[in-house]
Amino acid sequence: MMTWIVFTVAAVAAVLSAIGVVVSRNPVHAALNLVGTLFSVAVLFVLQEAHFLAAVQVIVYAGAVVVLFLFVIMLLGVDRDEMLDDPLPFQRPIALVAGGVALFGLSVLIQGTVATGGLSARGPALSGDEGGNVERVAKSLFTDFIWPFEITSVLLVIAVVGAIVLVRDGRRDDADSSEPESAS
Amino acid sequence: MRVGPGPYLLVAAILFTVGATGVMLRRNALVMFMCVELMLNAVNLTFVTFSRQLDDIGGQVYVFFVLVVAAAEVAVGLAIIVAIFRRRQGATADDLNLLKG
Repeated sequence: MMTWIVFTVAAVAAVLSAIGVVVSRNPVHAALNLVGTLFSVAVLFVLQEAHFLAAVQVIVYAGAVVVLFLFVIMLLGVDRDEMLDDPLPFQRPIALVAGGVALFGLSVLIQGTVATGGLSARGPALSGDEGGNVERVAKSLFTDFIWPFEITSVLLVIAVVGAIVLVRDGRRDDADSSEPESAS
Repeated sequence: MRVGPGPYLLVAAILFTVGATGVMLRRNALVMFMCVELMLNAVNLTFVTFSRQLDDIGGQVYVFFVLVVAAAEVAVGLAIIVAIFRRRQGATADDLNLLKG
């Protein structure tokens, strides 16, 4: 019974915050609503005994990613309300209809929820006597998934280098650039 | 009393739909990015639900990788938005029509 109460509260909070992300005109409010959704999803992770992922979700998503969003919003100064006139007025109802169709299709898909197949060879998530959730994730991550895990480090390095290259001010290197000086 | 996989999948479906609709509705590139994060989170919730239902830890490891890719995507994507902002004032997706023939 207690599980149902926690689930209902977290699910309603997640959906309401998600709608808040979409409908709020101010990007800062959207980011704060995003924190609510991410935290509620973390609660749902805890309910499903994925404790490690819940912690990572709060630290990485609700912490780092949203702070990065807010940092960019403040840096660019777009924390004012969006303009109301829409260059493509017919797109809004079409988007709503498409969203409704997608929700209907997904609901039909999860009606049967037939997850076939037996238990995997990668090790159990819940049953088994040894270790908790964190230990099981670590065991699987550092044995079966060690090669993808190493590749993610390369991916992160590429992302960091790419981000720096993208926002670097190139005018200092090539002085004879024909690019006009911006007013900033 | 245990909550079965059905309600979790329904929440994930609603979150995904809201995120997809947000990408189609909004004009601000930053808010579109946030809606993409919503969709990623819905998929993560589905992964964790099936991980519990099938009693397979692999689903949770996949979610870990999705988190890493999402972090990298946010870093690069926000850098692109900052670079765009330097050239033209405004983060409206409709103004970015350089590739239009």
